[in-house]
Order: sequence, then C-alpha cells, then structure tokens
Amino acid sequence: MGERGILIEFEPEISERLLRKLLFYKNKLEEFYDEVNVEVINTYNSLLISYMFSIENVYNEVSAIKELFGEAKIGKINNQQIFHLPVCYEEEFGWDLEYISKEKKLSKEVIIQLHTKPFYTVFFTGFLPGFLYLGGLDKKLQISRRNEPRMKIEKGAVGIGENQTGIYPKSSPGGWQILGNCPVQFFDKNNDPPCEILAGDKVKFYSVSKEEFEEISEQISEGTFQLKKENYEG
Amino acid sequence: MKAEVEILHPGLFSTIQDFGRRGFQKYGVPLSGVMDRIALKTANLILQNQADAAVMEITQMGPKLKFSAATKIAISGAHLSPKLNDTEIDNNEVVKIHEGDILSFGRPEYGMRSYLAILDGFKTEKVLGSRSWYEDITSHEKFEKGMKLQYEASEEEKYETHAAIKFDNEYLNSEVIEVFPGPEFEKLPETLKSHLRQSKFSIDKNNNRMAIQLSELLENELQPIITGPVLPGTVQLTPGGKLIVLMRDCQTTGGYPRVLQLSEKGINMMAQKKAGDKVRFLFKS
Repeated sequence: MGERGILIEFEPEISERLLRKLLFYKNKLEEFYDEVNVEVINTYNSLLISYMFSIENVYNEVSAIKELFGEAKIGKINNQQIFHLPVCYEEEFGWDLEYISKEKKLSKEVIIQLHTKPFYTVFFTGFLPGFLYLGGLDKKLQISRRNEPRMKIEKGAVGIGENQTGIYPKSSPGGWQILGNCPVQFFDKNNDPPCEILAGDKVKFYSVSKEEFEEISEQISEGTFQLKKENYEG
Repeated sequence: MKAEVEILHPGLFSTIQDFGRRGFQKYGVPLSGVMDRIALKTANLILQNQADAAVMEITQMGPKLKFSAATKIAISGAHLSPKLNDTEIDNNEVVKIHEGDILSFGRPEYGMRSYLAILDGFKTEKVLGSRSWYEDITSHEKFEKGMKLQYEASEEEKYETHAAIKFDNEYLNSEVIEVFPGPEFEKLPETLKSHLRQSKFSIDKNNNRMAIQLSELLENELQPIITGPVLPGTVQLTPGGKLIVLMRDCQTTGGYPRVLQLSEKGINMMAQKKAGDKVRFLFKS
C-alpha cells in the first residue's frame, strides 16, 4: 500500500483460527523489525506493515517476509489475558434494552445473561482510539443497527450492531443498539501503552447495579480501581 | 527563556503539528501529523531546526498572532499573504521577530495550507510521542482566541546564513497526483479502471484533515470488504460512488474497497488542494 506500507492479506474470513495465525506472524514480524521504524497491525484477515519512512527496496522486504512466513509453524498466542469488565444494564444506561427485548422476544434478564456469558475475543482495535472489535456475540442477540444513528452516544456505552458488540471509548455519534454502560476507562492517552487490552485477549462482561457502577466510577477517579484480569490458557 | 504566541484571532482552522504519532495504530490512534510534509521540512530547514520540530498548520484564512519575545520564523507551503505588523513578508525565508510583534494573514494566493515554523519548534504538550493536535488525544483540537502556544525565546544570533536554498513550489499547483493501485483496484471493471487513469476529478467542499472527498461519482457494484487496514493516502470507493481520499487524521481501519493509494508526494500535493481544484491520477506502477 504505497511507499510506506506492505499489506498481507489472508483468506476473507473472521475466525479465531485465522486470528491465531495473524498474531503469530505479527509476532514474528515484530521480532524481525526495529519497532521504532515499523509498526505491524492486524485486522480480521490482514496484516499491515507500516513504515515510518519510504521503503527503499520493496523486493528485499518482501523476500525477507516470505522467509519469515515460510519456516513458521503456527504456535499459540502468547500472554493472552482475560479482562473482566463491569457493565451497568439498568434503565438509565440501557437505552435500547426495551426495544431488543420486544424485537427478540427475550426478557431483559435473559438478554443480560446472554451478553455476560461469552468470553469475547478481541480481534483488533480500530474506528476510534480504544475501540475494540469483539467477536463471539450470541446469535440470539444479533440485531440490526438503528435506522437513524444517534447524534451522541455516551462514553462507555455498550452496544450491539449486527454480529458485533463493543464499548464506545468516548462519546460519539453511533448507530448501535445500546444495552448498558461500562465505567472502566480502559484507554488512557496518558499511559504508555494507552490500553492494556490487545488483539488476542478476551473480554468478559459482568453485570453491576447502579450503586456498584457509581462506586467503581469513584474508585476510578481516585485511582484505586483494580481491573480484574487473569491469564488465559487457550 | 519561556515565551508564548498569543492567538488574537483564530482564523479558519489552525493546529500545531509535527510528523505525527507512531506506534499507536494498534490502539486505534490515527497517525496525524502535518498534511504537507514537504512544507514542514522546508520551513524547518530554513531555520536549521530538527526536521520534525512542531509547526503551525494554517488553513486558508490565517490567524492573527502576537509574539511575547524575540525569535525567528519561516513560513512555507501555501501563500496566504502573511504580514508582520504592517509589512508584507515572503514565504520561504527567515523572518526576525521582536517582542510584541503581530503576525497576520491576508488573501489566500495559492495552495490550501501554510506552515509556520519557529526557532527550535513549538513546545506545546506532547501526548503519545507527538505534539500533533487531535480531538480527545491532545487538550486542544484547533486554535481559539486567547490561547497561548509556548516556544523558547532566542535573542542571540546563533548563526547567520546566507546560503540560498532553492524551493520547488511546483508541487503546490500541479494537478497530477501520483498513485499506486490499491488492494481492491483489480476488482474494478476495465471501464472504471481507465476512468481512474484518464479522467479529471474535482475536490469537494467536504474536505478536512481526516479525508478529502472528490465530487464526481463512480457508479460501481464493488462489495464492501471485511474491515481492513487503511493509511493516509488510501482512496476508498463507497457503494454510492464517492471517492474518499483518506488524509493524515484518518481512522486506522475501514470497510470500503481501497481502489488507490497515493504516493507520499501525492498526499502532500493533495493537502494543498482546495474545493473546486482539479486533479488527475498518474499511475506509478
């Protein structure tokens, strides 16, 4: 892609198997390159090697990459973590719970149960700083986007759009159906790295009451909140 | 000594920029940085600054600025009729600034974005390795009246240079933009491929640091792609037929087919186009 990017595309699918392969190669590339001048990012089925400066000899680069890919036997993803994120599904935040409940003929309790059960896979971050593309939404909860997007969705809003679920890292316009709100600010521009959650990690939601939500918000502003996380043995 | 530029009038849209944020695309953070890197390098070179020292990026209607202490500046890129106090000054030369001097801009002569470099660069906040302004990453997203921008005052003559540097302003006016075929170019039917190779396109009024839209519509039946990586210079084609040239503040991923990729020089040239200007694409390979 131009003079500063090499795009490597894989089969057009969205799967854990492919993600494992991408992250394995991404790791290889990161070991091979100097991190200061090159950044490797993945999406569902692509790796982009993004160079700070124009590539001098693209043929050398491509043959080096081919060599790296040739020898590789796909291993498992290193250092995967599970992050447990609190979500308040109460009325104040769950703007579209009523609508989803009617559309899907599910009680609010069942919706919350279905939404908090899976270990969602983080495929990559994109769209906005800190916006995680999560896979693994229960089919029963898949629902189309709103016909008219809202002008403003609150920061932390947790929503569903088609087969995806996610959290708005900042207030922005958006068309997803909103279920609740997550008080944890997991993207912080003042930290380096600004986000602990990365491609390959898992996210699991747990339901909290309005009181607990406020308690957590307070702990976050005081800097005493501990994000629950553990190693994931996939 | 610490010094400040005070913004007396913000103008249309100005920001502080450097080469941008590297290493945070994986967190969804745009690269940002100056739209036109040629002008940034030129302005910094004139002052013998570091190549990536932070500069002002000024769009079309410039701001009115007051300097609190002596320094030197150089302006490059678009010509927006700059004036120091009441005297017109030229682009691409060292301009001495004294305490209390007022810099303003007038009629846009050519180009879209002008770059003002200052001795040793602006010392505004650095977030995630860069001083480039971007909504919600830095505290500010554009100039506002009363804002103050930090720099280091410099009284002494560190050096005196008389060496003439020759500047090639041709890129500011040329309508030929160098491109490579994008990842989805081959999915286009032959008619659209040759249309992209031969036709002229106009810059739409919808254009900013994130993207520049082209006015002509390209009827197509291309399928959306699975959300994939995009870069500054990626040209997307929407189902409605819009060509969208992504620029420095673009998102890191996108789902529209990527039909072209501008060369580095092409991006810099695109950054200097204004609504109504024409461009045509020259394929490099």
